[in-house]
Amino acid sequence: MPEAVPGDVHHLLKPFEGRPAAVSASAADPVNAPMIRHWCEALGDTNPAYAGDDPIAPPTMLQAWTLPGLSPARGGRAPAHDELFTLLDGAGYTAVVATDCEQEYVRPLRPGDEITFDSVIETVSPRKTTRLGAGYFITTAMRLQVAGELVGTHRFRILKYAPAQALAQAPAPAERTTGTIRPRPRPVINRDNAPFWEGVAAHKLLIQRCAACGTLRFPWLPGCGRCGSPEWGTTEASGSGTVHSYVVVHHPPFPAFDPPYAVALVELAEGVRMISSVTGVPHDRVRIGMPVELEFIRVDAEWELPVFRARADRAAGADA
Amino acid sequence: MTPGDELPPLTVPITRTLVIAGAIASRDYQDVHHDAEAARSKGSPDIFMNILTTNGLVGRYVTDRLGPEAVLRKVSIRLGVPSYPGDVLVLTGRILSVNERTIEISVVGTNRLGRHVTGRVVAARPCRARADG
Repeated sequence: MPEAVPGDVHHLLKPFEGRPAAVSASAADPVNAPMIRHWCEALGDTNPAYAGDDPIAPPTMLQAWTLPGLSPARGGRAPAHDELFTLLDGAGYTAVVATDCEQEYVRPLRPGDEITFDSVIETVSPRKTTRLGAGYFITTAMRLQVAGELVGTHRFRILKYAPAQALAQAPAPAERTTGTIRPRPRPVINRDNAPFWEGVAAHKLLIQRCAACGTLRFPWLPGCGRCGSPEWGTTEASGSGTVHSYVVVHHPPFPAFDPPYAVALVELAEGVRMISSVTGVPHDRVRIGMPVELEFIRVDAEWELPVFRARADRAAGADA
Repeated sequence: MTPGDELPPLTVPITRTLVIAGAIASRDYQDVHHDAEAARSKGSPDIFMNILTTNGLVGRYVTDRLGPEAVLRKVSIRLGVPSYPGDVLVLTGRILSVNERTIEISVVGTNRLGRHVTGRVVAARPCRARADG
């Protein structure tokens, strides 16, 4: 079985906003020439301002002074940060990647400067689905001081996520298995379109018809695009149509789908067009003008969708 | 130097040594930056460069181009695609604004996968008054 996306724990994360992550924490070492030199060597930075008798630290090193490295964090770390990460790890959001870094350098740092810092958890985003997997963006804001004087600020954003391993490990389509396909994304059903989905559940494809001017419309909308009337009725599609246009999706992959696949714009016999799938032919056999017939397929355990099957009588001949 | 001017690009080969040396020099011991096996177990095809190294390279690019008298005041970056060993990162920059004291530059770093980093840098301008006086 594919690993399910862990549950949404945003309500547990939200209360961490505003809580301190560090209070008067101390850097492990004072700003020092050897660490500056190691940084410059690693990055190939030959700026003479960072060397010689009176070097300044490369300003972009700011965060490095605050990281604990492999030693246990020194005093001043507040529990909220660890609690937040423990909670996310426990919920399955085990991986982390940094996404944003905003730094302001109030004055250059020099060897001997002893840095203290305070940090606060600014925001925890609602759960987002990213290419890496579902997770939460966490933003922290840090102020760095030397002897009580502000020397820099550092805002940092990370994504703490549940790895979508099937995606990340599968650059080659041959390695992908269809067993990892996730449930389809669900539509937003509201009072403007609920009757359409009720129709789908009853295996009827319903088109809206303006009660004032009679114009058919699809997709479902609150008002008539032609006369503006909010009054409407429905008419059931006959189910016949033709492929008006199509694209074949190769990339990017998306958890609920298995590329390559064709996405068709089908023109119904009634004249309206809808985006759907074409069944009964491989993705590379879909053609503009191909006659299709409505059918309903079950796309996952709970969900049925209207799609269009290539009409066997015509499709076979067209490409033979 | 006027708004719209493009800065000459900087090409940085992303070697395994750079990824690891950058992570260690920035005291970032997250295993995904030095341990390929651990990185793979977390869904990444290889180790990848940490954000501090990217930040440092953006800063280096700007001071390389403006000269050592320019002092960085602000660096804001956003990461896009990762940089893996074997990639080549090409940093480009464009002058956004210039006033008496500061210069603002937009920086973009791309590799074979696309945009690795986009950012803005504000630097204090080299002080030329001293040379004149």
